[in-house]
Amino acid sequence: MVMDGESMKVTKKDVEDVAVLSRLAIPEEEKEQYTEQLNAFLEYVDNLSAVPTDDIKPTAHVLQLSNVFREDVVKPSLGRELALSNAPLKEDGYFKVPKILED
Amino acid sequence: MRLFDKPAHVLHDMLVNKEITATELTKDVIARIDEVEGDVMAYLTQTREAALAQAAAVDEKIAGGKVISFLEGIPGAVKDNICTKGIKTTCASKILENFVPPYDATVIEKINAAKPVILGKTNMDEFAMGGSTENSAYHLTHNPWNTDCVPGGSSGGSAAAVAAGTAIWAIGSDTGGSIRQPASFCGVVGMKPTYGRVSRYGLVAFASSLDQIGPLARDVTDCANILNIIAGHDAQDSTSIDASVPDYTKALVADIKGLKIGLPREYFVKGMDADVEKAVRTAVKQMESLGAEIVEISLPHTEYAISTYYLIAPAEAATNLERYDGVSYGERVDGADIVEMMTNTRSRKFGKEVKRRIMIGNYALSAGYYDAYYLKSLRVRTLIKQDFDKAFEKVDAIVAPTAPTPAFKIGEMVSDPLKMYLQDVCTVPLNLAGLPGISLPCGFSNKHMPIGLQIIGKPLGEETILRAAYTYEQSQGFYKEMAELGGKKA
Repeated sequence: MVMDGESMKVTKKDVEDVAVLSRLAIPEEEKEQYTEQLNAFLEYVDNLSAVPTDDIKPTAHVLQLSNVFREDVVKPSLGRELALSNAPLKEDGYFKVPKILED
Repeated sequence: MRLFDKPAHVLHDMLVNKEITATELTKDVIARIDEVEGDVMAYLTQTREAALAQAAAVDEKIAGGKVISFLEGIPGAVKDNICTKGIKTTCASKILENFVPPYDATVIEKINAAKPVILGKTNMDEFAMGGSTENSAYHLTHNPWNTDCVPGGSSGGSAAAVAAGTAIWAIGSDTGGSIRQPASFCGVVGMKPTYGRVSRYGLVAFASSLDQIGPLARDVTDCANILNIIAGHDAQDSTSIDASVPDYTKALVADIKGLKIGLPREYFVKGMDADVEKAVRTAVKQMESLGAEIVEISLPHTEYAISTYYLIAPAEAATNLERYDGVSYGERVDGADIVEMMTNTRSRKFGKEVKRRIMIGNYALSAGYYDAYYLKSLRVRTLIKQDFDKAFEKVDAIVAPTAPTPAFKIGEMVSDPLKMYLQDVCTVPLNLAGLPGISLPCGFSNKHMPIGLQIIGKPLGEETILRAAYTYEQSQGFYKEMAELGGKKA
């Protein structure tokens, strides 16, 4: 990202970095399009920068939320078989994934 | 006599009076699906056999002299982002192509307790991201009033089914207008309750601080009755409101004398369709003649609502959709190592708009831009909410258009996502502020496409907007007209 005064420009490198964070592979030929679209989007939402908000608290959630407590009691839950019923790959009651650690 | 074109409360009375059976009714709606579903394509999954079994059970109960409740034996449909135990729930995404939930959403548990007939799961924009149902990974849904037009979205399948007579009622979800805008486009009634009024447990998460489940129906009376069933606190959803649920049907009183209704000048935006503006202003006059006091109000931060929404919703979506990693459920595309497997899975199985929003969301949340974009949008969200707080000191409800245009042509907007986002200008402020809103028919465009009137309430002000909506609805006949596909020729 290049900061030149007021405008911020997303670069192809930014798109590649965000794609890695997002676990998305973007084909080379689409990177240009993503860069353009992201820039157009950021230009579009830039009208927010004109709104004075220094003294305004952020609202992440409209409700006045408070912690919810309950007794720690054992209750029925999904059995192992049901919990695994949608697994793309399973073995011996576990989710199976490609090897993570080297031998 | 055909039955599919009647509202649920009429059919309920017919069942109680033994004029019809639930099986006859269900068969009639299934026949309707056979007649028009090829043109409308509202459903992703149909559950006909189970539906007929449910109907037969209700008939047995009625024959046994037992009292039936409101939805009992009445065929309806559920948006495909709400978990239904044992019934495929795809979110209209390839990544959940074979996902069969092992549990029911709370809203489904509540509905099932009323013993309705469930006909199936309805089409939508993938992960509810869109306003036309064109982002479904499976197929388009067509507007029953003109099949060249979109039904709106993201609950486009639910709205189209109710409008076409292929469901009597439906359940949808609304994150930025996804119940109200398709209701407006399809000429049906759709309601987004107050954030937290209906449990989100089992709703596939899109933007958790904005998502809310609600009904789509033929008229306001049906909406109130369905809300009675689905509203209420749920220990499984820590954001659901712990407040008692009134009997919403008590609000169905045709009287708005003295009700103060605000008309926000910012909602009549530049570029708004002239037919929409005319229909809404005529409806406002009508409400005034019914005794409401119309007060012009200002919601000055409205012009920032779209930007605010399109930063917050993708940021929450990017986070929520991290769970689709090919490990515990959903599809998997193999790769050399786990990171490649996850990347391949997400790249191949998410659609274009979903990927676009994940990228926007992760960009807005990433170090360095968090303050400039995400945090900034949360601060503006506060200002948008404060606008409503101030307005509601003076008025009991607010009226506005639901969408700036009637239904547009299929393909008209797909190449320009920013133009598509503008469609949400009248609906997203409610989600940002957590307010309830209802859309109901208030007229037609010169091409005879339906136009929706939106009535906005205070937090937990559902009764007030139901009363206002009911009073207006009963004073005119728009709600009685169904799409030509949907019943005129019956």
